[in-house]
Amino acid sequence: MEKTWNNKAWFMVLPVLVLVAFSAVIPLMTVVNYSVQDTFGNNEFFWAGTDWYVEVLTSDRFWDALTRNLIFSAIILAIEIPLGIIIALNMPKKGLGVPVCLVLMALPLLIPWNVVGTIWQVFGRVDIGLLGHTLEALGINYNYVQNPIDAWVTLIVMDVWHWTSLVVLLCYAGLVSIPDAYYQAAKIDGASRWSVFRYIQLPKMKRVLLIAFLLRFMDSFMIYTEPFVVTGGGPGNSTTFLSIDLVKMAIGQFDLGPAAALSIIYFLIVLLLSWIFYTVMTTSDAQS
Amino acid sequence: MTATTQPLSQRLSWLIPTVYILFLLLPIYWLVNMSFKETSEILSTFSLWPQNPTLRNYTVIFTDPSWYKGYINSIIYVVMNTVISVGAALPAAYAFSRYRFLGDKHLFFWLLTNRMAPPAVFALPFFQLYSAFGLIDTHIAVALAHCLFNVPLAVWILEGFMSGVPKEIDETAYIDGYSFPRFFLKIFTPLIASGIGVAAFFCFMFSWVELLLARTLTTTDAKPIAAIMTRTVSASGLDWGVLAAAGVLTIIPGALVIYFVRNYIAKGFALGRV
Repeated sequence: MEKTWNNKAWFMVLPVLVLVAFSAVIPLMTVVNYSVQDTFGNNEFFWAGTDWYVEVLTSDRFWDALTRNLIFSAIILAIEIPLGIIIALNMPKKGLGVPVCLVLMALPLLIPWNVVGTIWQVFGRVDIGLLGHTLEALGINYNYVQNPIDAWVTLIVMDVWHWTSLVVLLCYAGLVSIPDAYYQAAKIDGASRWSVFRYIQLPKMKRVLLIAFLLRFMDSFMIYTEPFVVTGGGPGNSTTFLSIDLVKMAIGQFDLGPAAALSIIYFLIVLLLSWIFYTVMTTSDAQS
Repeated sequence: MTATTQPLSQRLSWLIPTVYILFLLLPIYWLVNMSFKETSEILSTFSLWPQNPTLRNYTVIFTDPSWYKGYINSIIYVVMNTVISVGAALPAAYAFSRYRFLGDKHLFFWLLTNRMAPPAVFALPFFQLYSAFGLIDTHIAVALAHCLFNVPLAVWILEGFMSGVPKEIDETAYIDGYSFPRFFLKIFTPLIASGIGVAAFFCFMFSWVELLLARTLTTTDAKPIAAIMTRTVSASGLDWGVLAAAGVLTIIPGALVIYFVRNYIAKGFALGRV
């Protein structure tokens, strides 16, 4: 659409700017401020330069947590995106099944995150949980509190349970926008199931898939509440992700300087990766 | 196409969503199952349904103010946040969809970056900022904090819907002598009603499920139910029955909202603006 050049439009954006300034810019400035200063208490601060950044970037704690984050996000994406596509392709197209499927599938998305954690914490317990009890009855030794592998499996299954529906809903929305004529043409040409998917459905889902990918990457990279409730970052440090580490540092130990520096680095990583995805997304839009 | 001509794989395609939905419902069923049991029954016998169904857990929640106030608190700040986010986003989204102005593209991307900020980064500075303003433990503090990710989201969704409305409608209205506010309220808002519905739904959803900021900014008076749950568990020696009942009650508002907007959701997602 052709847009008019009008700088008065700034006034319409103003309320949003004030709100976001209050809820994003000022807090972010506070963080930047802390990240370059040191204190011995009594509200006396002095300049520390880049010391905290160096400390964070040279600590194993940071790199370990970052590695865990990246592995977690990679596994999540590798499972949820294909699974979401398969389910969306097999969703009913019309009739009563559609709203029933949509409502039931969206249900996990609207459960508060710590309740999601609680649900799986209970579900996986050997003494009172259905999953833990069944696995034990089958003779499988499963304990997410003590075994790091079990803790990871629990977190991944929980995230798949929690978020695959988002991918399904996005893909489904992309699929219903394909006109029937496309399928009829494909049928006349005698196209196989695979070529219908490859040349009709996949290109139409490209845009929503990129959004699904972006959202799932960002949210799994920022994950905090669910692992905090289920494993508390343990056993040991095996499920301590960056955000868990950060909250521990900032609110638990009150190490303002390193916590602030870590915040900035964390934010920049998310920003950089999201910017790459955003650019890829918009350039692929321009090409198609 | 009739069922007889379909290959086996297509006739069995209903199996996949069905199995998936069963997988989704199983843990939720287990929570509901537990919420109708006495804690002693949960710990002593393992059964797939309650042997002695009881409403005691729900009675505990509905008769104890420290429990049910959590739900009221959550609903108050979620509604506040939804109103603020959508209210501020409406004019901004209109500006982005209709006008070009100095720095508009940078501004739009910058707004989106706030959706990408990890809430953990903001927990501590929020606490200090709101302490300075004396806003700690108020509903408005949580509502404002959640604007961090909901305002950009609302602008993004609304801008998508508004761009779908032809510009000629605006111009015709101005020629007919409508002032801007009257045009916006009388003509434009009804046209994007479903967009407002979708934006409000997502604001509600993300504010309702967020806990980290909500918990950091409240102590007693405005504490959300989700935070009360965790605290009570550690204090009273794990009353599993009540915990399960509280969890079930947090699922209900979301389920109600989703039922009412089910037709709009697909539309909102279709725009690819989540």
